Amino acid sequence: MNERLTHDPGTAIAIIGSGGSGAVTAGLILLAAVGHTGYYGLLGRSAGPQIRGGESAAMLRFGPHPVECMGDHFDLLVALDWDTVGRFADELPLACTSMILTDARHDEVPAVLGGHGASVHALPWRDLASTLPEGRVNMVALGSVGALLGLPFEALEAGVRATLGEKGERILAPSLAGVRAGYASGVDLGLNPPRVSGGGAAAPVAARWNLSGNEAAGLGAVRGGVRFVAAYPITPASEMLEWLAPRLELLGGSLLQAEDELASVNMIIGASFGGVPSLTATSGPGLSLMMEGLGLAVASETPVVVVNVQRGGPSTGIPTKSEQSDLNIALHGLHGDAPHLVLAALGIRDCAATVEWGVRLAEHLQTAAIVLSDQILGQSRAIVDPLTDQPFGGAGQAPLQRVIAPLADSDHRRYRSTATGISPMTLPGMPGGMYTADGLEHNEAGTPSSRAADHLEQLEKRLRKLTDFDYGSAWAEIRGEGERVLLTWGSAAGAVFEAAARLRAAGSPTKAIALRLLAPLPRAALLDALGGASQILVVEQNQGAQCFAYLHSLRVLPGHASSYARPGPLPLRPGEILDAVERDQPTREA
Amino acid sequence: MNAPCETPTRRAKDYRSAIAPVWCPGCGHFAVLSAVTKALAHLQLGQERVAMVSGIGCSSRLPAYVETYGFHGIHGRALPLASGLKAARPDLTVIVTGGDGDGFSIGGNHFLHACRRNMDLTYIVMDNAVYGMTKGQASPTTEADWRRSKLTPHGSGLRPFLPATIAFAAGASFIARGFAGDPSGLTTLLVAAIEHPGFAFLQVLSPCQTFRPEQKDWKQKVHASTVEPASDPIEAARFLQSDDGFALGVLYARRLPVWQPRNQVSATPADLEAAFLR
Repeated sequence: MNERLTHDPGTAIAIIGSGGSGAVTAGLILLAAVGHTGYYGLLGRSAGPQIRGGESAAMLRFGPHPVECMGDHFDLLVALDWDTVGRFADELPLACTSMILTDARHDEVPAVLGGHGASVHALPWRDLASTLPEGRVNMVALGSVGALLGLPFEALEAGVRATLGEKGERILAPSLAGVRAGYASGVDLGLNPPRVSGGGAAAPVAARWNLSGNEAAGLGAVRGGVRFVAAYPITPASEMLEWLAPRLELLGGSLLQAEDELASVNMIIGASFGGVPSLTATSGPGLSLMMEGLGLAVASETPVVVVNVQRGGPSTGIPTKSEQSDLNIALHGLHGDAPHLVLAALGIRDCAATVEWGVRLAEHLQTAAIVLSDQILGQSRAIVDPLTDQPFGGAGQAPLQRVIAPLADSDHRRYRSTATGISPMTLPGMPGGMYTADGLEHNEAGTPSSRAADHLEQLEKRLRKLTDFDYGSAWAEIRGEGERVLLTWGSAAGAVFEAAARLRAAGSPTKAIALRLLAPLPRAALLDALGGASQILVVEQNQGAQCFAYLHSLRVLPGHASSYARPGPLPLRPGEILDAVERDQPTREA
Repeated sequence: MNAPCETPTRRAKDYRSAIAPVWCPGCGHFAVLSAVTKALAHLQLGQERVAMVSGIGCSSRLPAYVETYGFHGIHGRALPLASGLKAARPDLTVIVTGGDGDGFSIGGNHFLHACRRNMDLTYIVMDNAVYGMTKGQASPTTEADWRRSKLTPHGSGLRPFLPATIAFAAGASFIARGFAGDPSGLTTLLVAAIEHPGFAFLQVLSPCQTFRPEQKDWKQKVHASTVEPASDPIEAARFLQSDDGFALGVLYARRLPVWQPRNQVSATPADLEAAFLR
C-alpha cells in the first residue's frame, strides 16, 4: 500500500455540548454515515462523571484507510453549546487551520479553548430548529456538517436510520427533518472545510463492521467458544457484559450477574471446571479483587479469561477515562509463582481478535488469561473490516482447544507431568475421570501434597506449558523496517503506528512493534525483531513506564533504549510521539 | 419414593475415596463424611454426576475424601464456584461443604446471595464455632465471651451469627439443622436437602474436640424441632425468633423460583457478527 496513503490524516471532527444536547448521538450518526459512504472511521467519546447529563463530546476521525487513533488536532469543532466546554477543553486540540462552528445565538468562543487561531463561523442552527416540529439543534447541526463535508444526503439518512431506527418513527421523522433542513442550509454556506484528502478514494459500500471495542471483545469471546460469563458491573467494562447477556442466551449459554468480583472470578472457575469456556470482564478495582481467584485457576489448571478494560487508577481513579496502568498488576499481581497469560488488544477490531486468541490459548493451556483493553478502546466505535476466521491460526491449522482425556485411560492422573506440560483433562460426567481440583499443591493425581518433589514437578509443568508453547507470529504486530524502533503495547499501538508511518513517509525508516502477548514474553522473537536497532523508544500510557521496566527486567532492551510514558486520561496522539522521538535523539548521541 | 433400593448398585463405601482425612480423632466431620456417602448411596447418584465443592478449613477438606468430582477452592468462595458450575452444568448434583468461618465470615456475602439466588445447590456448613485449621480462633458463631483464643483474650464481644435466621432473612428456600452425633438423622436431612429443588442450607452442629472440648455437652443440648417443617414464612419467622440454636430437623422448606440458565441454542456467532454490518 502507498505509504503516503496509510498515514492519510483524514478528517477530524469534535461535536460538543452539555448533557442532553445530543452531541454523542450526532457523532454516532456521523460515524454510520461516513461508513455508509465507504470511509473508515473512529468515534471516541468523552463524558463527565455524572450519572446522567453533564458534558459530553463525540470525537470522530474518518478517512479512506482504517483509522486507528485520534489525530493531533481537530479540523472541525462543532459546538452545540458552550455551557460545559471548560471541563474537557484540554481534550480538544485545535490548529490555525481548524474551523469552529457554533450556533449564532450562543456566546463567543470561550477563551479556555486557547490561542488556536481557528476561524469561527456562527450558524443559525437554533433558529432553523425552531421552525421545525420537534426540531432539534443537534440534528440540524449534523445536517449542515454533513453538507460541508460533502457527504451524500442518503448516507446521513442511512446513518440516522441505523442509529435511531429502533426508537421508532416518532423519533425518526423529526430527526430526519432536522438533518434535511440542516443539510440544505449547509450546502449554501460557501465554507470550505478541510476535506478528506483523496476524497475519491472512498471504497464502494462494502461489508464492514460498525462496533465498539467492548462489543468487539464480546464478539471475540463467543467466537472463542465462551458460553458462560459471570461478572459484576463496572465502568468502563459494562457494555461488554450488556452486549453479551442477551447474546449468550441465543448461543445456549448464560451470563450470571455476581454479587462482587470475588464471586464472578470463582463462578467462571466453577463453570470452566464443568467444561464450558468461561470469561469475566472488569476494570482495575475488580481485577484487584480477582487476584486470589486467578491464582486458583493457575494452580488448579482451570482455564479462565478476564478482560480488563483499564481506566485511570489507582483506587477508584478516573472511571470514565483511559490509561494503560494495569500492566503491573496483570503481570505481577498473583501471589506465589503463578505463570499465566497476559495479552493486550491493539485496537478496536483487535479486541475481537485478541480476546478470541486469549480464550483459545487459555483453553488449550489450561490457565488464566488476562486480556487488557482500556476505556478508549472499549467505549470508542469504529468502522472496520470484518475479522476473518481464526485470526491467528495458520491455514489448515486446527483451532486451539481444551485437551480432553480419553475415557479409556485407566491410569488417568489429572495433573500428569507430560512433555508439553499440558495434562489431558476430564470433565464432570465422564466416568472414571473423577478428581478433586485443588488450590493446594498436589501430586499428579491431584492429591494434596506438600512434598518438595511434587511442588517442583507441578510448578515446572505449569511454567513449561506456557513457555514451550509456539505462539506463532501473533505475539506482536510489526509494521515497517528501520533502525529506529517504536515499541509499544495495547491501545497505544494506533498512535505509534501512525507516528512511525509519518516518519517513514518523511524518509526516516522506522519500525513499529506493538506487543499483543506480554506474558509469557516471546523474548527470542522480540530480541530478533529489535536486532540492530540504533534507537528504541518504548511508548505507553502510564506514569511508571510499566512495560519499559518489565522489558528491562527480562534483559530485552539495550542500554540506549528509552521510554516515552505518560499517564492518561488524554489519548496518546501521534504528534507527541514524534516530539518524543525528536527529543530522544540528542540524548543518545551525547 | 425415598425408600432405599432393594439391590443398590452403589454402596456408601463406593463414594469414599482412598485419601485419609486430616481431621483430629473424634472430630464431628467424620460423621458428616459418612452421612454424605450414605445419602449419595441412598439416592443412587452416579459418582461422575456429583460434584463436591468447598473452600478452606477443616471441613472444606471433605471433597477429596469423596469419590466424585470435586473442587477444593479458596477461602470463602465455595458458593460462587459451585454456582458457576451449576449454571454451566445444570445436569450435575452440586454439593457445597464448608465451615462456619468459611461460610459466614469471609464468605458471608456469598451466603446471602446464594440464599437469594436459589440455585439448585446443597450447602452443608459444619459449624463448630471455631477456626480449627488456624488453631482455635473465634468464628462468627462463637459465643461473645469465649476467651480461649489468643487473638481475642477478652472474648470477641460480638453477638453470634445466627445461620438459620440469616438464611431465612436472605430468602433461602430450605433450612435444616443436623447434629454430627446423630448420624442417621443427619443422613435423612441430607437426602431431603439434596432432593429439595433450590438452595438447601443444612447447618450441622459438628463439635471440635481439639479447640472446643466443651462442645461434648451438645449431645445433651440438642433436641428435635417441635414444629413441622414450616412452609409458611410467618410461622417460620416465629419459630426462628425462639430458636435456641439446638433444634434439629427441617426448619423451613418452601418451593421458590429456582435460578437456572436458558440453555437453548438459537443462533451462531456468525449470526451475531451480521448485526455489526453497516
